[in-house]
Amino acid sequence: MSIPNLLRTASLLIGSLLFGAANAQHEGHDHATHEHTDQVENGVVKVVAADTEAPELAKEEAEHGGKFDAGKLIMGHIGDEHGWHLWGHTTLPLPIIIYNTERGVSCFSSSHFDHGHKTYGGYMLHEGDIVATKAEDGTDIHHATIDEPLTKATWDISITKNVLSLFISLAILLFVFISVAKAYTRRAGQAPTGFQNLVEPIILFVRDDVAKSAIGPKYMTFMPYLLTAFFFIFLNNLLGLVPFFPGGANLTGNIAVTLVLALITFIIVTVKGNKHYWHHILAMPGVPGWVLFILTPVEILGMFLKPFVLMIRLFANITAGHIIALSFFSLIFVFGETNAGAGYGVSVMSLAFTVFMTMLELLVAFIQAYVFTFLSAMYIGSAVEEPHHH
Amino acid sequence: MLLASLVEPSFGLIFWMTLSFLTVLFLLAKFAWKPILNGLKEREASIADALTKAEQARAENALMMAKNEDLMRQAREERELMLKEARDIRDREIAGAKAKAKAEGDALLARAREEIRNEKNAAITEMKNQVAELSIQVAERILKEKLGDAATQKALVDKVMAEADLRKS
Repeated sequence: MSIPNLLRTASLLIGSLLFGAANAQHEGHDHATHEHTDQVENGVVKVVAADTEAPELAKEEAEHGGKFDAGKLIMGHIGDEHGWHLWGHTTLPLPIIIYNTERGVSCFSSSHFDHGHKTYGGYMLHEGDIVATKAEDGTDIHHATIDEPLTKATWDISITKNVLSLFISLAILLFVFISVAKAYTRRAGQAPTGFQNLVEPIILFVRDDVAKSAIGPKYMTFMPYLLTAFFFIFLNNLLGLVPFFPGGANLTGNIAVTLVLALITFIIVTVKGNKHYWHHILAMPGVPGWVLFILTPVEILGMFLKPFVLMIRLFANITAGHIIALSFFSLIFVFGETNAGAGYGVSVMSLAFTVFMTMLELLVAFIQAYVFTFLSAMYIGSAVEEPHHH
Repeated sequence: MLLASLVEPSFGLIFWMTLSFLTVLFLLAKFAWKPILNGLKEREASIADALTKAEQARAENALMMAKNEDLMRQAREERELMLKEARDIRDREIAGAKAKAKAEGDALLARAREEIRNEKNAAITEMKNQVAELSIQVAERILKEKLGDAATQKALVDKVMAEADLRKS
């Protein structure tokens, strides 16, 4: 729901700024909506709207059965979902793929869930997650009960918004770099042209300033991973800043994605670690024996902490950036619900802050891609480093 | 969607991320990074090569220039030397010619003087001879007259005597 919300709010903001006078007509529309009690959302910041006009937004929200909920908006943006809201009421249905150890594989379109209101194929959506139920197809979820044992046996490998975004970004990477590679073979030894010019400095940057400086002479083996990781993170950081399809998914701010990336780094470091590296972890040379009782566990812990920190850093940086930008944005509507004038007043500041945050996020997009790649290279470098002969 | 779900990795995404990322990593490594990195390396090598060659050419050029300069200097020096020699030779020749001419002139002069002296001597001798002959002829005529007649002899002597007196005065 992040995309439509964002789009809606953005268009609303622009629209209301342009046609502010027209808003007077919509006064009073919202009052009906307050009769709708909120869907219970645990752990989410609830914004209780006062009983005043919140012109078009309230009207929009009324159709979805709720007041403006900043927490829901933000969480919706940075989380994952089955189906991709494009605009208004248009949702791109995504395939649901479920493997249940008892029921077997089920594949169907997410549109059967009817925006999470209905059950289908023995499954339904509960707080965004797929749960098993014994209710008949098309039952309203409020009348269906969750089947706990069956839910435990359910493995959801659906193509969610994030998975689709992942595929899109990987397809972009494949397309871009294979066509760039063609240019290198076709115009071997010549000056770069077109798109080559855009990516070549970055490739050289990763090669010279990341791989060569952090790994040393054996850097060539790790270049494919470092380059892929860098461009994958960078591209998805940028796509995450685009508020509409095919951007908008918070892929690099998703812990599952950063987990896999960090895991790959960890595996490379562990597999490629040489005798020197293991010697330093298990028995740090030049340290008295009794200190090793403390040092070795710390070193072993460090082995796992490094990739863990790698995972958290990327996830937290990207997610935090999105939360802050969206929070500034939400302020407009939080104030707008109490008083339309306050909403307009705040919108100026909020917009300025949101623009500023987005600019900052552009910088962070690059920095985090660089930091992840560079630290990965550092860890790899420490694993393949040859002992120094003093 | 709870806050907790944010830090709870979903199985589906891990599954697809691992599968697709590794596939793409493999594909990119084979079809993109390898040619790109090789291309970059080749280009860098060719640029470095070209630079080295240019440097070499420049060095060669500089060497050639130095050589040319050297040759020019040598040629100049040689010319100087030749000119100097020529000047020397000319001076020597002129001096020699002058000396020779002087010597020849001197010899000529000496010969002329000798000849003059010889001519003078010859002239003096001849004059002496003629004077002697004239004297003899005079004496002969006198003797011839005297031997003819005593009176005439006397007259003659008188006459000669008178003449001699005349000549004296």
